[in-house]
Order: sequence, then C-alpha cells, then structure tokens
Amino acid sequence: MLTEDERRMIRAEAAHYDHPQAACVEALKIVQEHHRWVSDEHLKEIAALLDMSPEALDSVATFYNLIFRKPVGENVILLCDSVSCWIMGYEGIRAHLKEHLGVELGETTADGKFTLLPMACLGTCDRAPAMMVGNELYRNLDNGKVDEILARYRQPSGA
Amino acid sequence: MDKPLTGDLRPDGTVLDLAAYEKVGGYEALRKVLKEMSPADVLKEVTDSRLRGRGGAGFPTGQKWSFVPMGDNAPTPKYLVANADEMEPGTFKDRLILEGNPHLLIEGMILSAYTIQATQGYVFLRWAYKLAAERITRALAEAYDRGYLGRNILGSGYSFELHLHTSAGRYMCGEETGLLNALEGKRANPRAKPPFPQVSGLFGKPTIVQNVETLCNVAPILRNGAQWYLGLSRSEDGGTKLYGVSGKVRRPGAWELPLGTTIREILERRARGMREGYQFRGLLPGGASTDFLVEDHLDVKMDYGSVQAAGSRLGTGLMIVLDDRTSVVGMVLNLERFFAQESCGWCTPCRDGLPWTARILQGLLEGRGRPGDLERLEMQTRMMGPGNTFCALAPGAMEPLQSALKYFREDFEKLIPRSDAA
Repeated sequence: MLTEDERRMIRAEAAHYDHPQAACVEALKIVQEHHRWVSDEHLKEIAALLDMSPEALDSVATFYNLIFRKPVGENVILLCDSVSCWIMGYEGIRAHLKEHLGVELGETTADGKFTLLPMACLGTCDRAPAMMVGNELYRNLDNGKVDEILARYRQPSGA
Repeated sequence: MDKPLTGDLRPDGTVLDLAAYEKVGGYEALRKVLKEMSPADVLKEVTDSRLRGRGGAGFPTGQKWSFVPMGDNAPTPKYLVANADEMEPGTFKDRLILEGNPHLLIEGMILSAYTIQATQGYVFLRWAYKLAAERITRALAEAYDRGYLGRNILGSGYSFELHLHTSAGRYMCGEETGLLNALEGKRANPRAKPPFPQVSGLFGKPTIVQNVETLCNVAPILRNGAQWYLGLSRSEDGGTKLYGVSGKVRRPGAWELPLGTTIREILERRARGMREGYQFRGLLPGGASTDFLVEDHLDVKMDYGSVQAAGSRLGTGLMIVLDDRTSVVGMVLNLERFFAQESCGWCTPCRDGLPWTARILQGLLEGRGRPGDLERLEMQTRMMGPGNTFCALAPGAMEPLQSALKYFREDFEKLIPRSDAA
C-alpha cells in the first residue's frame, strides 16, 4: 500500500501538468525512493492515482533504465561505461568492482548491500572514470579509491 | 575577454544564489525587457545576435522562435522547455552552469518564454544531475519569491510558471520530440515531423525546446545587445562557446572561449596537449555522434561552418581524444554499443542495425573477423544514414564509424584474416 505521504507527493507533482499522466515518471521515482524498487502492487496503485492503466504505466516504467521493476540492494552502484570513461580505464574498475563485490553487472551482493549496474555517460568526462553510488557521484576513480568508497557504505551508519 | 556564460561562476564550485546573481547584473535584462521591449523586439535582437543552438543541431535560435504562432488566435497554453538532459557521451558543459549559476538559465527561460508568449515551462533535467536538481529547485523558489516567476511578473501583466522535471534515464530523452513524449509521461520515442514542435509540441501545443547553454545566452544578449554578442565571436555566428576535452590529455576540462577558437588552441593551450607517453591520433569534436577529425584538422575553427567543411559537426563542442595506445576499433565498439543500448526500438534500421554493427565490431576484436566485414560495416553506415531512420540517433551513431573506417582503415583491416583477403 502506498502511504498517505506518497499519495500526497504524487498528487503535488501531478498538479504541475495539464494531464496527470505526465507525472507518472516522478510518481514511480517517489515510490522507488521509499521502497528501492517498484512492485506490481505499487505500480497498480500509482496507475489508478494517475488515471492510467497498469499496462500503460508498466510500458513507461520498463522503458526508463533508472526505474527498477525488480528488487535492488541497499546501495545501487552505477558505473559509467561510456566512451571517455572507457578510454580512462572503465574496464579495470569494472573488473575490480566485480571481484571486490563478487557479482556480475546486474547482480546484487549476497548481503543485499550493493547492486552493480552499468550506466551511460554521467557527464563528468574530464574526471573519468566515474560512478554513482545512490545519489552520490564519485570521480577520478582508481581501485584504491573504489575500496575506500565501498568501505564507507559498509559501515552500519551508511554513507 | 567577456565570458557571459561562465564569467560569474565561482572557482570553488559553490552556487550563485539570487542575491549574488543580482549583484552581477542578474535579472537586469528581464526588468529592461518587460518595461521597454515587445516580444517582436526581443525576437529581432536574438535573431540579430546570430545565436545558434548549442545542443548539437545548431539551428538558428531566432528563426526557431519565429515559427511559433503568435497573436490572439494562437493556441494556448504555449510551452518553453529547457533540454537539460545532457547525455551525449563526452559532454559535460551544461552541468557547469546548472550547478554553478542556475539563475542564468531561469532568467534566459523567462525572457525566451516572453518572446514566444509561453505561459508554462519545464526544465527537463537528467536523473544523474542530483546537485543541479537541488540547486535549480532552490533557485526556482527564490525567483518565485522575488516575483520573477508566477503571475504578473514585476507588474508587467506577463505570467510564466516554471517547474523542474527530472527524468529516469535514456539518451532518447535528449531528442527534441522524444523529450516531449517523456515529459508527457510516455516512452521517449521520437515523433514524426511535421508537425514541428514549434506548432504542435507538448500536449499538442506550440512548444520550443532549447538546450541549456543556448538559453543561458539570452539574458546576456538582451543586457548587452546583439552587436556586443557578435563581437565575442571569431566566426560568422555570434557568441562564445563552452568547449571541453576528455581523454588522455594533460588537463581535461571545459572552458568558455570565442566561438570559432581552433581545435589546436583548445587542445594544446587549454588541455595542455597529450599526456606523457601518449600520441594524438584523432578526436570526436562534439560528442559521441560526430565524425572523427585527425591531425590535419587541428587548425580547423570550432564553429558550425568550419567543422562541417572539415567533414564533421560542431555537435556539443566537447571533444573526445583518441590516443595511440587506445584501440580505435574498441572505441568505436564502445560507441556503437552505447547507441544500440539507447535506441528506443521504434524504427527497424536503428533497432536491428545498431546491434548488428556492434556484433561485427566485437567479432573483429575477438578474432572472428571475416572477409567482407568492412564492407558490411560500410553498408550499415549507408542504411542508417540520414533519411532512413525516424530520428537522428542512428545517423549520429554512424558518424564515428564511417569516419573511423576512412581515417583508421588499417586498424580494422589488421583484424581480418589475411589468407582470405582479396
């Protein structure tokens, strides 16, 4: 069930547009912010709230790569795999992350702490290679820096 | 030299709030325009400034605005949208302004909206720009509080509502009509043109979609005049340009320079040349979807006409440098995989042709090259060339491939088994 708070936030977004459907991506993100991903149940509730069919909303939800329709870990790592990062050492960072976390791209660690995903250009190419963890951007990465960053997220208090 | 886009940015990366922006002349243009100028006057000034789109296509801004229906019988509401979906690989220019001086964008948007008499606007921002989202949100609140946005702006009778829309990924959101679909809460597939968005855009109403950097030029133009703006440039078009360099150079970064600065000056003076141990082989001058240029082109001026005459496009103006220790075929594969992944799948040549192209390139790199592969790649560049696809994604994807085959052919040929070569 969506909370009253979530419903209120979704309605407030919808008020910015002449048609409620225009707020659907924002609505999906509001729910994802609270639950990490968008379940079928939540999808149906959002659709009803915005006067859409669940199928129409799901066709939108599955188009956008940052709407997660499957559960993800506590922290989602988005590793930039576009051209400038590739030139500056993306493949090495990817190998290090995979080994360090024990997962392939698209997978979540056994402890549920991290999901590792590839990401298109993060727009910080002068400080490549780069990745995001959750909402935080990290640049000029090397293996040591990656270890340091991940250690911070492993602490009980989070980032 | 005047730097209307970045001159006021703080070196420490903190943001100019409303008071700081006003202190450096912010919103003076808006006050002047609302008091003294009609929409037609503003249109003339911007047209005279020879401002062209900074997002990649380079369309003259004044001309674009002139297509919007005006007068009492024009459809309403009209919309203005800032394209802040900066996702062209290798491009990191709009981020600088969005994070450092969001009021420059907001003032430019109010002025642009006034010119076409739009009453509603959106900043369409990519998901990843979290800091920008935070700072734009605060700047919008400040502008509303001060009466620069909302009903009856500064008592002029003109009203404009502006909101931030953050996206959820996908390169297609940066394509003008894909962006409009995304803003309507749909998949970001492109739309057929005509009708053009200027006549029938967001929710079927007249809409202007404009890149962030383009919009940020509008307030300075109106504050200082078209002649001043023309004087900033070293080309036939007006203004400065945000240029940048990424790759194995000594000092990667972005700089605001006169439009028409040469590649050599940007590469050697600003980016300080190649890193120790690396040789220059070529570059994509304006993002992933532009044709390679090589050593012979270093003295080409980075303006719309000159780069086109050299066989490429100015694009976003941010260069990606190829060095001698990076595999050309690997780099092109990286680019084609990106485009294949980001294709929306709406039209067949793009949906099927891009993965096919990527598979051929991957085969070459994995020792599975076959005679005829280069001809097959060349066929793809023709099949996905301009006019054969619904939008510009696939033709853009073909630009680095076709030029790599031209300038670095031996790198590809080396990967084809010799015994089978004709």
